[in-house]
Amino acid sequence: MSIPARFGPYGGRYVPETVIPALDELAAAYERLRDDPVFRSQLKALLKNFVGRPTPLYLAERLSSRLGGPRIYLKREDLCHTGAHKINNTVGQLLLAVEMGKTRVIAETGAGQHGVATATAAALFGIPCAIYMGEKDIDRQELNVVRMKLLGAEVIPVSSGSRTLKDAMNDAIRDWVTNVENTYYVIGSVAGPAPYPAIVRELQSVIGREALAQIQEAEGRLPTELIACVGGGSNAMGLFAPFLEKEYIRLTGVEAGGEGLDTGRHGASIERGERGVLHGSLSYVLQDAYGQILEAHSISAGLDYPGVGPEHSFLHDEGRVRYDSVTDAEALAAFTMLSGTEGIIPALESAHAIAYLARHIDRFTHEDLIIVNLSGRGDKDVYQAARMLELL
Amino acid sequence: MSALGKLFEKRRKKALLMPYITGGYPSMHACGHLLDAFIEGGADMIELGVPFSDPLADGPVVQASAQQALDAGVTPDDVLTLASRYSSRLPVVLLVYYNCIFAYGQERFAEAAAAAGVSGLIVPDLPVDEASEFIDVCRARGVDVILLVAPTSTGERIGMIAARASGFIYCVSVAGVTGARDALSDQLPDFLARVRERTDVPLAVGFGVSTAEQAAAVARHADGVIIGSKLISMVRDAGEVDIAARAVKTFLSQVNEELIK
Repeated sequence: MSIPARFGPYGGRYVPETVIPALDELAAAYERLRDDPVFRSQLKALLKNFVGRPTPLYLAERLSSRLGGPRIYLKREDLCHTGAHKINNTVGQLLLAVEMGKTRVIAETGAGQHGVATATAAALFGIPCAIYMGEKDIDRQELNVVRMKLLGAEVIPVSSGSRTLKDAMNDAIRDWVTNVENTYYVIGSVAGPAPYPAIVRELQSVIGREALAQIQEAEGRLPTELIACVGGGSNAMGLFAPFLEKEYIRLTGVEAGGEGLDTGRHGASIERGERGVLHGSLSYVLQDAYGQILEAHSISAGLDYPGVGPEHSFLHDEGRVRYDSVTDAEALAAFTMLSGTEGIIPALESAHAIAYLARHIDRFTHEDLIIVNLSGRGDKDVYQAARMLELL
Repeated sequence: MSALGKLFEKRRKKALLMPYITGGYPSMHACGHLLDAFIEGGADMIELGVPFSDPLADGPVVQASAQQALDAGVTPDDVLTLASRYSSRLPVVLLVYYNCIFAYGQERFAEAAAAAGVSGLIVPDLPVDEASEFIDVCRARGVDVILLVAPTSTGERIGMIAARASGFIYCVSVAGVTGARDALSDQLPDFLARVRERTDVPLAVGFGVSTAEQAAAVARHADGVIIGSKLISMVRDAGEVDIAARAVKTFLSQVNEELIK
């Protein structure tokens, strides 16, 4: 089966001609390698021995009883090496880059997790690495900047536009256009031009495959609902992918509600966006009437993005996944609650999924069996949280 | 034959001078002065940019000009109005990112461009594979969609592009974004020859042409020379509009002399 370039009307390759041949080359290489036994066993070994997979599916008993509704399991992607699901994708793409004979990798990053994951995989393979990061994100995710530098990556500050993930991705694409002969662009989400959304989805779907086997082992039945946060949407796509065909399982994506959808300061591209083209694909985008991209806002740098992966737009239109949002304040409350209740400090991104559950707890019964994707850990967020919670 | 086709036909002996400015930069009023200077400097065609928030194909100079125009509230409608004021004097081509067209509506945009007398649309993030429908929509209204080829384009892709091209083909001189460069790629002649083998459509070269000497060198192999970032940086550095317009006119006249030689 060849990998899709479109999801319904969404996706495509809206990028300069200069990189189209490189996208063709990438698609061909991936088609060839994804079923190659050597590539598969190399990837499997890296996921096991370097990333630390499988990650646990953990029954959050105190959280379940505190919320007083369903049985809640957490898929512990926060326990991956480097602290988030992002590394599942980067080890796969670095293997691909090496196979394709590329000698340099670049990436964009928002919260810094994808930047750290790319820098980590690049160090593992001994390949030079440059990470584009918005100046605003550099200020609020200082820890990850230090990590990337320790890992040997060059961190390139981006001062254009909103100085966040969107602009970092613009500059990464510009670098790629310039250095496409030797450079591999490691996109961190199920976004960008085809074939990236399909490749990243497939590399992240290890999350869902494990969760499916683990929940059956633990409970002897399938979950009733999966919940994951959605910025670009890679952790959600990775968890949802193996469950898409099981239509009786409810799937919920939680976007960044920021200061509230009516304030205009949010990152809810699906709920409040329109169809548009951003970073090479057609999807839902936050934009004005003339198609100028608007600034997103979220407490969480990883969700602070005015677009979303094209497959999410398709799944929304199809009604297969329901999308909702929670505010910065709700996410921060969930961040605190999970820390105190389960001894797990979640990333602010992942706290959005927990916050959704807390807000809608009345919808669930004791019969419900929920898996929340705990996509990352919150070490990177503790200073920001401390300032907001006045703990310092 | 389209307006652009006729233009190239008429000027067979000389490579066309095709200066670029971001619409509404440095202000709507000043931009008009600069377009006058383009004409006085001997431009054969005007390339006018529609400012976009996320111009992926542009380097820092054009990016900053677009941002300044957006901050001043310049819209695609404003740029179309500007185009309509000049299109009776010289052919006008718009450079516009696809999301501006998509948000406007493909048909509505093509109609507005035709009504403004615009001859062609350059859409840097709409490769030929995605452009089919829009090419048809535009062609039905007498507007050419100017396709781009890059040094990385394979022979097969150049063939695909040539098959759908009209007006002229925009040859990107190097893999990269817009911006002045010290030297032209020494592979440019080979690249242009590869394109020329596969098409009779006129070839214009852009990205990185910033001196009269470079323009002359390009003109030996191409039918048109596009100069953008260099002009914008001249305007930026000049400060006052009158000084900028004079400098632009003088520079373009020098380039034109080289092209006539």
